[in-house]
Amino acid sequence: MLKRAALILVPWLAIVGLWYAIAYSGFVNEALIPKPHAVATRFWELLTQARLPLDIWMSTQRVFLGVAAGITLAVPVGFVLGWYRQIRTFIDPLINFFRALPPIALIPLVVVYFGIGEFAKVVILFYASFFAGVIVMYEGIAQISPIYVRVAKTLGASDWEIFRKVIIPLTVPHMLTALRVALGVAWATLVASELIAAQQGLGALIQNASSFFQLDIIYVGIICIGFIALAMDLAIRAVTRRLVSWQDRIA
Amino acid sequence: MKRPARICFENVALEFPGKDGPVKVVDNVSYEIGNGEFVSIIGPSGCGKTTMMNMVAGFLQPTSGRVLVDGEPVKGPGPDRGVIFQEYGVFPWLTVRENIAFGLTLSANRKAKATRDEICNRYMKLMGLGDFADAYPKMLSGGMRQRLAIARAYAVKPQFLLMDEPFGALDAQTRAHMQDLLLQALQTEGKTVMLITHSVEEAVYMSSRIVVMTARPTRIREIIEVPFPYPRDPSLHEDPLFGQLRSRVRSLVMREYAAQARQTHETTD
Repeated sequence: MLKRAALILVPWLAIVGLWYAIAYSGFVNEALIPKPHAVATRFWELLTQARLPLDIWMSTQRVFLGVAAGITLAVPVGFVLGWYRQIRTFIDPLINFFRALPPIALIPLVVVYFGIGEFAKVVILFYASFFAGVIVMYEGIAQISPIYVRVAKTLGASDWEIFRKVIIPLTVPHMLTALRVALGVAWATLVASELIAAQQGLGALIQNASSFFQLDIIYVGIICIGFIALAMDLAIRAVTRRLVSWQDRIA
Repeated sequence: MKRPARICFENVALEFPGKDGPVKVVDNVSYEIGNGEFVSIIGPSGCGKTTMMNMVAGFLQPTSGRVLVDGEPVKGPGPDRGVIFQEYGVFPWLTVRENIAFGLTLSANRKAKATRDEICNRYMKLMGLGDFADAYPKMLSGGMRQRLAIARAYAVKPQFLLMDEPFGALDAQTRAHMQDLLLQALQTEGKTVMLITHSVEEAVYMSSRIVVMTARPTRIREIIEVPFPYPRDPSLHEDPLFGQLRSRVRSLVMREYAAQARQTHETTD
């Protein structure tokens, strides 16, 4: 257990070590690399005296709403595309067309059509998480072996029973994977979504800081995004382990 | 009076769509399987044996002719015909007990919890799975997974057992053990069985009749009666008559493999 904890810590300590090494090496202008402890101090300051808790709350809320909406749509759409090969042939190019568009390029249009409020920001996150989720979902569904459906038929299952007792259980692992991927993509898109006139949020924090060349705050914002995304991923993995412990590979 | 056939192929032919028009897989097969018979279908790989079984199971419809089960044309799969696949098809998200009970939770065959448990216990015992009731299939070996698939099929009390290379993925020892286990189960449960196999040894050891099929498009080459009474026992493998029968079936099958090789040679030239 202790060994495991150590193994998990080592790469993180290595990164901090490398960071210090670069900061003190003199290769890079000192003003451009805030030292880790300075960033930590700034983190603590922002957390206790200023806006950081609100920023984290706003961003988490946006990501949550965007991903919830994106996955709610991605699961049925991904399922239909994965299950019906004929439909996939026609829709696949469309999905790949839209998936390739970077959300940041869509911002001007989103502002025109949805304004600059919360809704517009969530739309961007919805867009990103839907396309990430739908691909994972349909690739997973398309790989489900038809033998389970055949077996269920020979045991007397009706179409509805096949759906409820065979297809849904086989779909759950793919839903969880889609959720994980969508969350990752949504956090990665967060800064872009908060380019839309955001006053609060980690992306807004980073952008404001960049206008004033406050590199330490930028680091604080980036590290926060990374850690929140990591925490959410760990939570989903824990849920996955419980829900689909029957799988050969645990996600 | 002739006893009624349980499974009946009436001039059955089947074609699959191919690149250059339809490909004939099964060519005018007529054959009857009687009550309680154990019929093995043997022939070169890819000849269309599985296609024949799939028509009885209801997964495929003949292009012409009819496949009848108890006098009725087969419309689709159903719980009266248990199917055992080479790749087991046990449900990975259900425990051993839940797998066996699956068919008994469906509207076609729903049983109360107490009855389900009783049936599960019986077939877990019959198939030697008693110690694994709450294990998921990922914990089971290949032989155990196939035993689980057989127990699950038995639980809904099918009249027929259709098996497609059921032991093909198992090692020789497990395979021999499974053959005996299945024969024992058939002694107590009595089913009409259609077994698709590559193994001459298996066909002679298990069946009451062997149907040797030709290379594709498949037809019946020969029907061989296996005279040994049931219950059978592994010492049968040493019986001289068993040896003779095995050689005879093997030479028939080998001839079909040779014919298939010639066909392939001609078409690739």
